[in-house]
Amino acid sequence: MTRRNIEGSFHLSGGDFTNAGAASSELKSILTNLGINPEIVRRAAIATFEAEMNVIIHAVAGVMYYLITQDTIKVVLNDMGPGIPDIDRAMTEGYSTAPDWIREMGWGAGMGLPNMKKNSDRFKLDSVVGEGTTVEIIIRIKEGKTE
Amino acid sequence: MNVQEIVDALSLEVKTAKGDLSRTVTGCYISDLLSDVMANAKEGEIWITLQTHPNVVAVASLKNLGGIIVTNRRSPEAETLQKAENEGVVIAVSPLSTFEVGGMLYKMLRC
Ligand SMILES: Nc1ncnc2c1ncn2[C@@H]1O[C@H](COP(=O)(O)OP(=O)(O)O)[C@@H](O)[C@H]1O
Ligand SMILES: [Mg+2]
Repeated sequence: MTRRNIEGSFHLSGGDFTNAGAASSELKSILTNLGINPEIVRRAAIATFEAEMNVIIHAVAGVMYYLITQDTIKVVLNDMGPGIPDIDRAMTEGYSTAPDWIREMGWGAGMGLPNMKKNSDRFKLDSVVGEGTTVEIIIRIKEGKTE
Repeated sequence: MNVQEIVDALSLEVKTAKGDLSRTVTGCYISDLLSDVMANAKEGEIWITLQTHPNVVAVASLKNLGGIIVTNRRSPEAETLQKAENEGVVIAVSPLSTFEVGGMLYKMLRC
């Protein structure tokens, strides 16, 4: 079955913990309604939610853009925020600069970026200190047949 | 086993989504770290936690968990309950500790 590309975007506000997850939830419903394999949807939900939370926790504002094609789910998160001075260090499991009050909420385990990478087929992190951060998540949609 | 049977056996107080208690529970995951739950909890598992803020609902809903048990007599925030009700996520509370609730559930789900 063929379908047209689907794209859209959500605005994210840093510090808005009440609505945190709304963008990822909406994207998950879209993917589910398209009939995409639940395992693929699960991986997309984990990666996009962690990316969304990083904007809420660490940045001032951002946009989550998605493009669903025949073969892939591509999600790009672009934020205005402090940026990441040392990307390798940030990618290390357990590394977090989250303050105590965030940790008390159960965030700040330093697992977000590694989890995003694990659940993506392609993962890209770019950042400019003092400007912002861009995360690109690509997940292949494998249909039943193998080619 | 479904959520209702767990609620009865553990005398939990159900706070939200009372219409969704027939859902099958496939296991249990215990953690207060949300990224850990995102990474390691599995669909259908019931989640025991001390966390009470609205993000627990997003986690449970995105991971399709069987429900949330909040332990140690903690009360979920009003916003959390509202969100859970809207999204059909069961939140039940217990005065017992995570150890006690987890221990009882371990027996029910493993033996
Ligand atoms: N969007 C972002 N803007 C600024 N810093 C970020 C962003 N995302 C991640 N970081 C930095 O990378 C660290 C590790 O991120 P992550 O693995 O998600 O763990 P956590 O969010 O639990 O701290 C963060 O603590 C923060 O210092
Ligand atoms: Mg994070």
